[in-house]
Amino acid sequence: MAEAVAPIPVLSVRNVAKSFGAAIALRKGCLDSYGGSIHALVGENGAGKSTLVKVIAGVHHRDGGEFLLSGRPVDFRNTAEAKAAGVAVIYQEPTLFPDLSVTENIFMGRQPVLGLGRIDRRRMRSEAADLLERLGVRLNPDRVARGLSIADQQVIEIAKAISLDAKVLVMDEPTAALSGVEVDRLFTITRALRDEGRAIIFISHRFEEIYSLCDTLTVMRDGEYVSAHAIGDVTVDEVVRRMVGRSVTDLFPKEAAPVGDVRLRVEGLTSSGKFHDINFVVRSGEIVCLAGLVGSGRTEIVRAVFGVDGYDRGTVTVDGHTLPMKNPAAAIAAGIALVPEDRRKQGLVMDFSVRSNMSLAVRDRLSVLGILPALKETRLAMSWAHRLQVKTSSLDSPVATLSGGNQQKVVLGKWLATEPRVLIIDEPTRGIDVGTKSEVHRLMSELAGHGVAILMISSELPEVIGMADRVLVMKEGHMTAELSRADANPETVMYAATHSVEKSA
Amino acid sequence: MLDTPVTNEPGVTRAYTVHARGLWHRLLVRHEAVVLVVLVVVWMYANAGIAGFGRPITLTFLLLDVAPILLMVLPMTLVIISGEIDLSVASVFGLASVVLGVMVKAGVPIALAVLTAGLVGVVAGLVNGFLVTVLGLPSLAVTIGTLALFRGLAVGLLGTKAVTEFPPGWTSSAQSTIGDSAVPVIVVPIAVLAIAIGVLLHLTPFGRGVYAVGLSDEAAIFSGVLVKRTKLVVFALSGLCAALAGVFYTLRFGNAIGSNGVGLELGVIAAVVLGGTSIFGGRGSVAGSVLGALLIAVLASALRLAKVPANAIDIITGAILVLSIAVTMAIPFFAQRFTRERRAG
Repeated sequence: MAEAVAPIPVLSVRNVAKSFGAAIALRKGCLDSYGGSIHALVGENGAGKSTLVKVIAGVHHRDGGEFLLSGRPVDFRNTAEAKAAGVAVIYQEPTLFPDLSVTENIFMGRQPVLGLGRIDRRRMRSEAADLLERLGVRLNPDRVARGLSIADQQVIEIAKAISLDAKVLVMDEPTAALSGVEVDRLFTITRALRDEGRAIIFISHRFEEIYSLCDTLTVMRDGEYVSAHAIGDVTVDEVVRRMVGRSVTDLFPKEAAPVGDVRLRVEGLTSSGKFHDINFVVRSGEIVCLAGLVGSGRTEIVRAVFGVDGYDRGTVTVDGHTLPMKNPAAAIAAGIALVPEDRRKQGLVMDFSVRSNMSLAVRDRLSVLGILPALKETRLAMSWAHRLQVKTSSLDSPVATLSGGNQQKVVLGKWLATEPRVLIIDEPTRGIDVGTKSEVHRLMSELAGHGVAILMISSELPEVIGMADRVLVMKEGHMTAELSRADANPETVMYAATHSVEKSA
Repeated sequence: MLDTPVTNEPGVTRAYTVHARGLWHRLLVRHEAVVLVVLVVVWMYANAGIAGFGRPITLTFLLLDVAPILLMVLPMTLVIISGEIDLSVASVFGLASVVLGVMVKAGVPIALAVLTAGLVGVVAGLVNGFLVTVLGLPSLAVTIGTLALFRGLAVGLLGTKAVTEFPPGWTSSAQSTIGDSAVPVIVVPIAVLAIAIGVLLHLTPFGRGVYAVGLSDEAAIFSGVLVKRTKLVVFALSGLCAALAGVFYTLRFGNAIGSNGVGLELGVIAAVVLGGTSIFGGRGSVAGSVLGALLIAVLASALRLAKVPANAIDIITGAILVLSIAVTMAIPFFAQRFTRERRAG
């Protein structure tokens, strides 16, 4: 390290908690970050890293715990206060004003002014040029932000942070969308900022990066602080074990079901830039899980299978019947149901009633002589709401008024009403409380027992390990491993999801 | 928790209340009911207080005047509920009028000319629909463009001339009334069409798709609604009805000219919005739009007979429109606050 570490951490959070309604996102977040040091924050998706970052950035207000900045307690009510106190966050995908210049973006909201409130353009431009020069990047301060690469956009965000003289810089998965060269440049900049004495918090899923860049690291799991280490004191395997370590085998029991014929077959599916040469089958009675990090192409694959997006090559067949591209209606007719990732935007029409949502995917099938009979619709909704134990005051309540878990049940009911042969579920239990979570898992197990072929995407390793008969692991658009139930454990899945090419086909 | 079953037995049909509110509550506490009450009140007031309003001839002219608006209001309701807008209807109206005139003048049998004019309307609607769905352009911009385009075609086809020679049988039947009553014959096909489009919107899977598309394109796609086809159909329907309105207007006045129907689109949209259809899509009804169009027509007719100057009539109908939107926006706002307070307390 270039400088001696200051005795007091620049940023220190202790036992910070945050919940959203019934869902606890963060139980006990602890983090110390020192000036002149790069600190890594690691954990599975849903471990509470992002929530912790948002508390630090002033996006969320903590429910409890301590938050000290250079030893003094602080209490940010919004992001402006956090920025003023010297905390800046660089997100994975920066949000710049696309039609404004690089200079204007850097100084947005606090432009230097002359008399009469006129913007001092000359000073603004020369300061911007200085900043970019200090960061060692060749970027024309006068060009508009539109069309800049994500890497360059991040540089602008960093320039903005430096111009504010940020003491703490949080980088939330900054490398996820960058190429190798861009990562190198970002690391050079980050090291330079460290050497200026700033405290940097770096979030990444890639251990190579963490080990080459960071000085210390904190592991989080289930919204809680697990441990903190100097980077030299701990191995990758040790960190992975701490990230996922808990007994999961009996948490999500998938009962054994007779495995039958191939229901869904995907062959050579390729969509350039999203996923490449994907091959797999799902048989009746089987739960197959697509695992991998967020952004590894899992969701893109099921969108293509269901026909929401097109693809370049490959075929999708259901019970031997090849599906046309880009036609969800045909996919539904062939017996596929998709419970999508974002139930509020994709799964439900939020202003529709419980009943209208339940019948939306089967409205053609319910019709008699072209008319959708209200009685049949009500009967269908009544039956599925009851079977899934949806809690609602009436069937014509808008689903927007239901809780997250009950909304998810309505989505499930909507798709189960289609009597699917292939059920695809993307993040079945995201944002759902623990009780409903296990209900959803048992329901999936029950469906598999009735011969439904289930393809599940999940970012939660315990869920993957507990539910899946087979695990297909994705990394950056490629399928890197196919693991049987016996071979799948947190370490093997995490390894295939984070380490590069090694096909076990 | 593991002992209680996750799912109940299938086949239960009486586990939930179907409706949160009673039948009368649902029928009466809604926008359409308010418009209907206002319409009846204005009607009765005008009948009692404005000389000449009660005469049969007033009713005949009122209905003849409102007929083309009603025709255009019906599909416009679907267009707006689907989250789009069609500003080109009045230009399609004019184009159909000119096509009819030019063909009749050229000696084409009038039935064929009417059919062609209708077809032109469908094509015009499909052009709008194509630009909106296939090219993904915003309908507001597209139909501002085609508003000018179709009007330009109409004027270009006929120049400043007018065609006034139509078969007298057709022109007189366009204004004839049912038997000895004051109700024009045209009311019958319009009522049939209104019922048909009402059924299409409110009772068919297609209509449900229109609402879903208007509330959330994305959720509709994920539910297997053919979003593009749905929008294409509503735009085609809008073009067809606008053309039929133009044909009726042309025959009624025996006059085909490029400027027929200029500016009507705003009255059509005003009627739809007054009838409770949300300009953001996803909410509204055919009945509301019909009532909205009738209310504007009755009000205008009554004010005219009361010798209120024309610009004052515009001010009054405009103010009522703004008020009705404010009220529509305010009702859910207050309802929400009320329920939130109840939940909190």
